[in-house]
Amino acid sequence: MLGDPGAPPVVDVLVSEGRVPWAGHTGVHAIPEVYDAIKRADLSLIFVNTRWQAEFVFQSLWAINEDDLPIALHHGSLAAEQRRKVEAAMARGDLKAVVCTSTLDLGIDWGDVDLVIQLAAPKGASRLVQRIGRANHRLDEPSRALMVPASRFEMLECQAAREAVAENAFDWEPEHTGTLDTLAQHVMGCACSEAFDLPDLFAEVTTAGPYRGLTYEAFEEVVDLVATGGYALRTYDRFARIVRTRDGKWTVRNAQMAQRHRMNVGAIVSAANLNVRVAGRRASGKHLVAGRKIGEAEEWYFEQMTPGDTFVFAGQVWAFQGIVKTDALVSPAVDKDPKIPSYGGSKFPLGTSLAERVRRMVQDRDHWRVLPYDVQEWLELQALRSAIPEAQTLLVETFPRGTRHFLVAYPFEGRLAHTTLAMLLTRRLDRMGVGPLGFVVTDYSLAIWSIRPMDDLDLDALFEPDMLGDDLEAWLEESFMMKRSFRNCALISGLIEQRQPGAEKTGRQVTFSTDLIYDVLRRHQPDHLLLRTARADAATGLLDVARLGQLLSRIHGRIMHKALDRPSPFCVPVLVQIGRERVGGDAAEMILDETAEALIAEVMEDAPEALKGAA
Amino acid sequence: MNDALREILSPYRHPCGGLKLTVNGEACVLRCSGALWLPGRQTLIASDLHLEKGSAFAARGQMLPPYDSPATLARLEAEIDALDPRAVVLLGDSFHDSKAVSRMDGAQLARLERLAAGRDWIWLEGNHDLDALAGALANPFKRLPGRVVETLALGGLFLIHEPQADPAPGEVAGHLHPAARVAAYGRGVRRPCFVTDGRRLIMPAFGAFTGGLDVRDPAIAGLFPTPPLAALLGRDKVHAVAFETLR
Repeated sequence: MLGDPGAPPVVDVLVSEGRVPWAGHTGVHAIPEVYDAIKRADLSLIFVNTRWQAEFVFQSLWAINEDDLPIALHHGSLAAEQRRKVEAAMARGDLKAVVCTSTLDLGIDWGDVDLVIQLAAPKGASRLVQRIGRANHRLDEPSRALMVPASRFEMLECQAAREAVAENAFDWEPEHTGTLDTLAQHVMGCACSEAFDLPDLFAEVTTAGPYRGLTYEAFEEVVDLVATGGYALRTYDRFARIVRTRDGKWTVRNAQMAQRHRMNVGAIVSAANLNVRVAGRRASGKHLVAGRKIGEAEEWYFEQMTPGDTFVFAGQVWAFQGIVKTDALVSPAVDKDPKIPSYGGSKFPLGTSLAERVRRMVQDRDHWRVLPYDVQEWLELQALRSAIPEAQTLLVETFPRGTRHFLVAYPFEGRLAHTTLAMLLTRRLDRMGVGPLGFVVTDYSLAIWSIRPMDDLDLDALFEPDMLGDDLEAWLEESFMMKRSFRNCALISGLIEQRQPGAEKTGRQVTFSTDLIYDVLRRHQPDHLLLRTARADAATGLLDVARLGQLLSRIHGRIMHKALDRPSPFCVPVLVQIGRERVGGDAAEMILDETAEALIAEVMEDAPEALKGAA
Repeated sequence: MNDALREILSPYRHPCGGLKLTVNGEACVLRCSGALWLPGRQTLIASDLHLEKGSAFAARGQMLPPYDSPATLARLEAEIDALDPRAVVLLGDSFHDSKAVSRMDGAQLARLERLAAGRDWIWLEGNHDLDALAGALANPFKRLPGRVVETLALGGLFLIHEPQADPAPGEVAGHLHPAARVAAYGRGVRRPCFVTDGRRLIMPAFGAFTGGLDVRDPAIAGLFPTPPLAALLGRDKVHAVAFETLR
């Protein structure tokens, strides 16, 4: 039975003062309009794509909150108690707006939300639908949503998402093959509940879709991993976690092993996090002591800081004091402006089907008419200065700038696939003697810069799909991603336990030791089951190798090369990214602005009068 | 690094990529492997091998790879092959726990025997391996080569496993597994390191599975009245880094 689909959602795109910025990924330029929209609605949810963006947006809204609207913050790094408070206030109707991340994508409905604002592009049509669904549960009235594109490419993306929602076209998810580390956890779980027969469990496991293709040999290997770690050197047989009973069934060795397994069940491994705590000082000594917990945040974020640096967290400005064991200690800061910018790029890469829509929209001039004028003129100027790629071709531009030479490609395949592609291209360019110096990526394009010009390269050879063979393997060997992936597999499979009776081993401590284990295992048993699993996981989750493969075969023999004498309109967002990834702090923001403005001025120089509006 | 420290240490690059400096007047080479070489005495020192750490975890249900002892001994073997030392001193915690020797593979025990042949092989007692050493030397079936001492004086140096609050001049100790991190370009690199102010020296752990304690932790930093030098182990160089620039 199908329910009444109800009124279709009303999705608008917010174009701030009639302008869409050239580059960016936060959408923070439109904060005054977002504030006005909040004022007019009863309860708004403002979705952003990362926690740090949430902090940044929350801070920006409060900076102009003259009416003292009750605006709250909700994201996964906040202490649970803090989040519960916000949810309760929403339910009571005490709030006007909540800035949130995907933590509020799903779940219970707190309060009567009548407006959903998506700040920066949603990256996938299904995610947008999910978020719109947070608003208004009366069937006869449409849900209202407002998207705020952070850049011109994002304007195309928002438009594409809007059309996808109107057509009820959702992103497809590729079929998922079951991973062996998860299976290992399941096998241990079975052994802990009651003794099992090997062929019976195999029969049961293979009835599950993701494990249909599992061979009996692979299954036995997983059982060996659970029992003794799956090592060629058989010295652990006497320590086995699961053992055979007299009737040939497998069971857990003792109650203590079962207890430890239960403490570590779960297939979601979080990044190494630190507790963020207010620093206190012991009256006698000079050492810092940890006080009240404010929340948790990724370790990498604090590793880039020096004591005294200020940043925004849980809606306040804090000064970083130092890391002590697993705590990042902070104290309230006097500054109003944080020194460390707290936003990053989107966590989700641009989805496959949305990317396809964006490529088709770029190619189709008639379609441009639905876009704001400045974006239309920007596209026209791109056509004039360089070229508009067709949906099935890859546009590659090369040009000099300053003392460097640039190569910019526009695959529109999302950050992950672009990063992998850029890594592999850089290796090739290095071998060709071009002297590549670095690269940056966005969801739409990638840029590589080098010492020597790249105008005369054989681009078909450069983008040859065989890079997914030896080049990929060689790179993976050295990549930190393999270590990260291995850590996840080791934890999920139960090879390493995150929690032990009595003491919790934190992510921070586990990271260090799993790297050592990875190095030793790779040298002594390179074909170990967990190394193979980690490699497969990295290829799908972190590197998007499958998508890169599709891209390379799509564009094979269809590369459109433009050798330019200056940057094109399309390349501005990715070139601005270079500044963003290298610098931090207030001065850095200024440098950044200047870079973007100087770059735009350079692109706009001698533009036809009719297209001046693109600036 | 301040000038006073530079004056005391006067570190310079040794041809092997290691760092040559003096501790209490004794010439020392800090090797990339994490071992210490005393060229004047043809003596090699390595600390905290933690042999059989993998199997110690396996015995309690965490199946870490059983390859840490072979990996650690292979690195020690490479140092011995390169330097042909007259004496080898293992600065304590050579074995991870009291039963480590009995869990050790026969091939690795034979390897130890081979490495020790023809040199003075000295085990310094550590907190982890006190019982292991006592047990193994008493057991005629699991004989370890060499002799066991509590501490050892070598010219200007005084070798002891655990750094003392009131150290003897020229104290060389391990136990703390110092590691340090340097950050640049938005990335950090964390490595095991030596820590010294020219009067005393803390050695990094040599074992394949041994983690590290940050040198800025009071347990390490508190041992030095003035900021010391951290010497981080690189692939083919030891990098002298001033304490103030560590992250």
